[in-house]
Amino acid sequence: MTIALIDYGAGNVPSVERALQRLGAASRPVTRPEELASVGAIVLPGVGHYAAIIRALDVQRLRSPLLEAIARGVPFLGICLGLQALYACSEEAPTLDGLGLLAGAVSSLPATTKLPHMGWNRLRIVKSTPLLEGLGESDYFYFAHTFAAPYSAENTVALCDYGAHFSAVLERDNIFATQFHPEKSGAAGARLLQNFLRLVA
Amino acid sequence: MSLARRIIPCLDTDGSRVVKGVNFVGLRYAGDPAELAARYNSEGADELVVLDIAASRDRRPTFLETIRRVADKLAIPLTAGGGIRTLEDARAVVRAGADKITVNTAAVEKPTLISELSAEFGAQAVVLAIDAKLEGSRANPQWDVRVRGGRESAHLDALTWARRAVELGAGEILLTSMDRDGTQAGFDLALTSAISRAISVPVIASGGAKTPGHFAQVFSEGAADAALAASIFHDGVQPIRGLKQFLAAKNIEVRFPC
Repeated sequence: MTIALIDYGAGNVPSVERALQRLGAASRPVTRPEELASVGAIVLPGVGHYAAIIRALDVQRLRSPLLEAIARGVPFLGICLGLQALYACSEEAPTLDGLGLLAGAVSSLPATTKLPHMGWNRLRIVKSTPLLEGLGESDYFYFAHTFAAPYSAENTVALCDYGAHFSAVLERDNIFATQFHPEKSGAAGARLLQNFLRLVA
Repeated sequence: MSLARRIIPCLDTDGSRVVKGVNFVGLRYAGDPAELAARYNSEGADELVVLDIAASRDRRPTFLETIRRVADKLAIPLTAGGGIRTLEDARAVVRAGADKITVNTAAVEKPTLISELSAEFGAQAVVLAIDAKLEGSRANPQWDVRVRGGRESAHLDALTWARRAVELGAGEILLTSMDRDGTQAGFDLALTSAISRAISVPVIASGGAKTPGHFAQVFSEGAADAALAASIFHDGVQPIRGLKQFLAAKNIEVRFPC
């Protein structure tokens, strides 16, 4: 099975590739639309500015093939900005249209705490799911972001609290996403990636 | 729930080998970067910093190779820096596997470099390193920003510079006390607290760490979000797990990898 790693120039593509490699999974960076035609799974890693990921998806003409693949039922894992891109829009770049797969909008965490939310934090698990198998509320994951997605009764699997509650792990049908970086979250992150690989196998 | 305080080992390198020195002079070799990185990754370090303290132009490819070798060993974030002067330098470092870039002298000389890096990689990837030296008295302290490995004054107040850097898009401040660096006399709590309370982004305290008590102090009194040290970790004088157990017993939230 081929795991397509959408490569829009984000800094963490090689890290995700390495993390999957350590788990024995081969992935391939994808930059062109035709490369998404027949893939077993898709990972959208992202880091940086919301505008960068959305513009790149359009410039590289990856938006429609990505949406088509997700509609076909191809398992999808969004990481950090790759989670935020699933929404219709973000306060970080209000004029741009996100992928619009999840309802609601991405907005800034409250400025009552230090931002970016940078470092290791824990989850509050609201739904048990195979993606979080073997993981619990004492595990730490690495976050590095200022904007975040709201809680949603349908999609939120785990919350995180930093000045406000936000969605740390989302799941809907074949769509999975984490606000933290599993590729940078030590053994706990590796476990989550392994769970994803098991789901797509 | 809250953020765990981070423990960050720092690998000062000459491009390819880890080196040690006091107040930036009298260097000696302390190991292979990739081997140390693998060790810290498994011992529960929360991040790793790798610096090219020589930062000479012709040794650049060697340092990029070092970043690749180190990144290969890590499942935790990696910050790299030393000699980054342009956006292109930063791109090479990120492509080699760094999650964050740290800049110092070049940002003092051209503050807009911070905005350029922030626009390209996001604020969370831009770490401004400030080397600060006490001026005036302890009763009425002011800290001067030092550049070029601490050798020259930038004639800039550290507090003013930190605030300005955050406005420009720095997502984190790596704050080194030049007065404490290499002394093992403890972090500069007054400096760390003054900067940390004045700005809205996380502060990594550096310089002077020796005992677990020093770390506890810099997190409580110093209000640091993370603490960085080099030789005490390299020498095995202070195992990371033991340090975290000490901090946890003091009710300071830390992450245990398993």
